[in-house]
Amino acid sequence: MAELTPGSRWASQVCTTEVIVVRAPGGGIDLECGGSPMATPGEGDPNGSPDPASADGSQLGKRYVNDDDTLEILCTKPGDGSLGVGGTLLGLKEAKPLPASD
Amino acid sequence: MMLLEMAAGGFADRVAVGPRDGGLTFAELFAGAGAVADRLRSGDAEHLVLADVSSEALPALLFGASWAGVPFVPLNYRLPDEELRTLASRVSPALAVTEPGTSGRLDGIAGIETVDRGVLPKALPETRPVEHDWRFDGDDVAVLLFTSGTTGTPKAAILRQRHLVAYILGSVEFGAAGEEEAALMSVPPYHVAGIAAILSNVYAGRRVLQLPTFEPGAWIDLVRTERVTNAMVVPTMLARIVEHLDAEGPDPTGLPSLRSLSYGGGRMPQPVIERALELLPDTRFVNAYGLTETSSTVALLGPDEHRDAIRSDDPAVRRRLSSAGRPLPGVEVSIRDESGAETPVGEPGDIWVRGEQVSGEYRDQGSKLTGDGWFPTNDGGWLDDDGYLFVTGRIDDVIVKGGQNISPGEIEGVLLRHPAVADVAAIGLLDHEWGERIVVAVVAITGAETSTEELCALVRRELRSNRMPDHVEFVDELPYNDTGKLLRRVLREQLAHLGDA
Repeated sequence: MAELTPGSRWASQVCTTEVIVVRAPGGGIDLECGGSPMATPGEGDPNGSPDPASADGSQLGKRYVNDDDTLEILCTKPGDGSLGVGGTLLGLKEAKPLPASD
Repeated sequence: MMLLEMAAGGFADRVAVGPRDGGLTFAELFAGAGAVADRLRSGDAEHLVLADVSSEALPALLFGASWAGVPFVPLNYRLPDEELRTLASRVSPALAVTEPGTSGRLDGIAGIETVDRGVLPKALPETRPVEHDWRFDGDDVAVLLFTSGTTGTPKAAILRQRHLVAYILGSVEFGAAGEEEAALMSVPPYHVAGIAAILSNVYAGRRVLQLPTFEPGAWIDLVRTERVTNAMVVPTMLARIVEHLDAEGPDPTGLPSLRSLSYGGGRMPQPVIERALELLPDTRFVNAYGLTETSSTVALLGPDEHRDAIRSDDPAVRRRLSSAGRPLPGVEVSIRDESGAETPVGEPGDIWVRGEQVSGEYRDQGSKLTGDGWFPTNDGGWLDDDGYLFVTGRIDDVIVKGGQNISPGEIEGVLLRHPAVADVAAIGLLDHEWGERIVVAVVAITGAETSTEELCALVRRELRSNRMPDHVEFVDELPYNDTGKLLRRVLREQLAHLGDA
């Protein structure tokens, strides 16, 4: 289990997805992409492809949250794998669009 | 930096900065930021100072500083040399980028290395791979902004990475802009709205155009020739734009490309915004209220709220045209009295705000946040039944007459609705009997008739008799700084002879 700190970056091992942690609860959490654990960029052992059950893809600039909204991650590079934690897929955070103010 | 890297990944070949033809693409901006970061890492600068107008180099400097983990410190280049040098020496050792031909202004300060903007490398060398060798630490200081110091020595407000990122993620949808969109930035880089404009527009994927020195004719020309879709101005700029459009005659071309115009950074005279809404019927207006210490906007009045207000017969709805709208989703607003207790709805008090984008921290002075994260803005205001925020002005500007606290904004708001009044400021001047007397400086609309008696009667009718001015002085203009802030201190000096000695 890895301690997720806000600002830490994670790379998928089965696709091109990369994320940055915006908000995380304390304690160990294993982020997954395409059904496989994510790793620190440059430190993993990328191979294989996303599990078909987790292959809807990640979208650049979208934020993903867990059910109780304690975990929020931002997709900084898109890929074919879906983001999840402990076998459960994360949901897309819907933001109400605001008018540009600056 | 994360924001730019995403934009460079999402729309590399789109123009990010400058004219539609020949501007810098997002990929080029990314490479330029890398070159700035390399330059910073090769020396021992602990800050990146900017003593320059807004230019195409600005976004690369802002992001490059963040890439290298060095705070970006844009200074007010209009300050006299001595004040500029004092501010620069406060952040030594630093690399200081100066306007071409002006590096002499910062020569000979210990620890300050100057570099002319014109000789900055435009991009990373071809041999250097564009890889993200930056790290993101939310606690890193991203930007230091010296407050304008209208009341004393400038304070250095600290904005950390996490404040700016919270603001951007909370208010901008990544890549929301269409490829044809362009934002015109006319506030200087040392104003928080200038920094926020770059971050917001880059993240939205919207091209940024800059007008280094505001002039209404040049602004209008740029909007038309570059088909600008979004712009932000301070109230004094909008007043001059409206004047200029009005002078174009009965068959105006208008500004058909302009979809959104936001304004903030000071109080907006009611006649100006009303006329602007008439002149630009297809433009969506946004009024934003925010402070340096809150990473720009914390509340806004949206386009539909503007049109609803001006069309409404209900005075409570119509009045909202002069409000700052409602708080952003990630921001809470609380109105409190002097003891810190929340006031009932509709009652004036001090404006407090809370949210992840709120810093409230100053260099050498620490954080002004309470233990549970609330920041006292030092602005006075009140909330209406539906949560619309009305800002009445700086608490420091409150007039104390006979033990009564009187907000200048309240008196000014009433007088600005008078058809003969173009601009107005209420100040307190020394009075041996009452402590302070209420003096109102009025700029009358050319050719319009009014009198002291008429204006005093209006205040008495709309407010209470203890709000009535003791003296009305008709003046040609009011003193503003270059970002549209009324300089009450200067006005008090100019009119000191109207108070007791």
